[in-house]
Amino acid sequence: MIKVKNLSKKYNDKAVVNNVSVNIKKGKITSFIGPNGAGKSTLLSAVSRLIKHDVGEVMIDKKEINSWKSNELSKKVAILKQSNNLNVRLTIRELVSFGRFPYSQGNLTQEDWAKVDEALSFMELHDIENQFLDELSGGQRQRAFIAMVIAQDTEYILLDEPLNNLDMKHSVQIMKVLRRLVDELGKTVILVIHDINFASFYSDYVVALKNGEIIRQGPTNEIIEQGTLKEIYDMDIPIKQIDKCRVCVYFA
Amino acid sequence: MRNPTKLIILSVLAVTLILVFLFTDLGSNWDYILPKRTMKIISIVLTGSAIAFSTVIFQTITNNRILTPSIIGLDSLYLLIQTFIIFLFGSTNLTLMNQHVNFFISIVLMILFSLGLYHFLFKREGNIYFLLLIGLIFGTFFSSLSDFMQVLIDPNEFQIIQDAMFASFNNVNTELFYVAFFLMGLATLYFLKFEKYLDVLSLGKDTAINLGVDYDKVVQRLFIIIAILISVATVLVGPITFLGLLVANVAYEFLKTYRHRVLIFGAILISIIALVAGQLIVERVFTFSTTISVIINFIGGVYFIYLLLKESRA
Repeated sequence: MIKVKNLSKKYNDKAVVNNVSVNIKKGKITSFIGPNGAGKSTLLSAVSRLIKHDVGEVMIDKKEINSWKSNELSKKVAILKQSNNLNVRLTIRELVSFGRFPYSQGNLTQEDWAKVDEALSFMELHDIENQFLDELSGGQRQRAFIAMVIAQDTEYILLDEPLNNLDMKHSVQIMKVLRRLVDELGKTVILVIHDINFASFYSDYVVALKNGEIIRQGPTNEIIEQGTLKEIYDMDIPIKQIDKCRVCVYFA
Repeated sequence: MRNPTKLIILSVLAVTLILVFLFTDLGSNWDYILPKRTMKIISIVLTGSAIAFSTVIFQTITNNRILTPSIIGLDSLYLLIQTFIIFLFGSTNLTLMNQHVNFFISIVLMILFSLGLYHFLFKREGNIYFLLLIGLIFGTFFSSLSDFMQVLIDPNEFQIIQDAMFASFNNVNTELFYVAFFLMGLATLYFLKFEKYLDVLSLGKDTAINLGVDYDKVVQRLFIIIAILISVATVLVGPITFLGLLVANVAYEFLKTYRHRVLIFGAILISIIALVAGQLIVERVFTFSTTISVIINFIGGVYFIYLLLKESRA
């Protein structure tokens, strides 16, 4: 379980994340939602040790994040940031094989390659595995990066806006993959997401941030609710029930 | 063509050039000329390797293919030290002064400077670009200081400094070899511990951390290695980091891989080829009327314009 306790992060005296405490349940999808600048990405980066937090603690399986060995932690927690511009030219297969670095330190064994193949087939990338990343569409690239994270074979998978710049079809594809990761492989997925409808359809828990603080958290159907959304976004968002799913109509 | 084949071709070319350099036009005084040429070739191989090696590492940790380690101001610091010594003691004293002393002062100051720069900056938020920016400013500051002193001193003394301003293999101090060799060997051995991280580092900071690289520590160690290699090479033959930019990029273009084992090896071979060929041209074609910097800068410049034109068309 990931436990965040009284976490704060300041940039030049401005608190981006302020005294945040949250528990992330295992084997579920948890979405961080909230307006721009709410501190969602910063919180996610602190939980994944990409940035160091100032105050508070992040416990990953009962051990403080800073006392984990870097290499051990990378077998436990994987993070995928939103912009993945590479300076090197790699094929999909090469990129995915990097996911095995924590285990192989660069010298991949047969078992490692088996994991790479597994990840490639999970993301249905086998047909194009030898294409270079810079020849791919945005959706294919995103799938390749997720495949790398799957090959990393961690319990926790953290994603920062995985749907950024993707069209509806690819967004749905990615979200379905995340759902499968949780339901079939028993992973724990935490993601920052802007579209509250995707959060509503696919996540089990929602954590809502605003101005660096958590203002609401709970099971999805408790948060996707008109009064709560008004509190988060300062907008009146009507909610329609369609086949047991709640759809937020926020366009008008 | 596969990469091992390419590396073999490069090796053969490098060895051939070295043999040509050593054994053509020997004349009758070969027992005098051959040892001299051997020393020269060793210094070329040493500095060429150090420059190629450190530039590839530097470009990987900065994730930028048009930077060279000279951006942190080591070249300018070296010139400043040389200018300052002559400014204080005059050129006669410099020639009298033990070469070893000059060598050690320069090397120690350069390494201390890079470590100080690094240490000071990484106590705060670890940002490699901030480090480069500060280095750039220091570099400019050092050159301005050198310029200032060069204007004040006697024109005859200035000529001595001018000698130091251009890289040259013609007056390498052979006694310093062993020290240089030793330092470079140490740095290389230390590097082997971090070699495996380079491929991952080239994916960028976030991905490297995600894959379990202790980023700050690894980058710091690599930075120290770069500082040692560059300092030794510069003190041995003069400011020569421009070469790194050229050979690193030729290596990327030629080998088209992300694997650093191949890239570093290739870049070292290309560097040796460029330097030996350049030195051959300087000695046998221009009969010492120009320096190797001029030739390499000329060829490098042409190659870069070609790269730019090719990129802009694509």
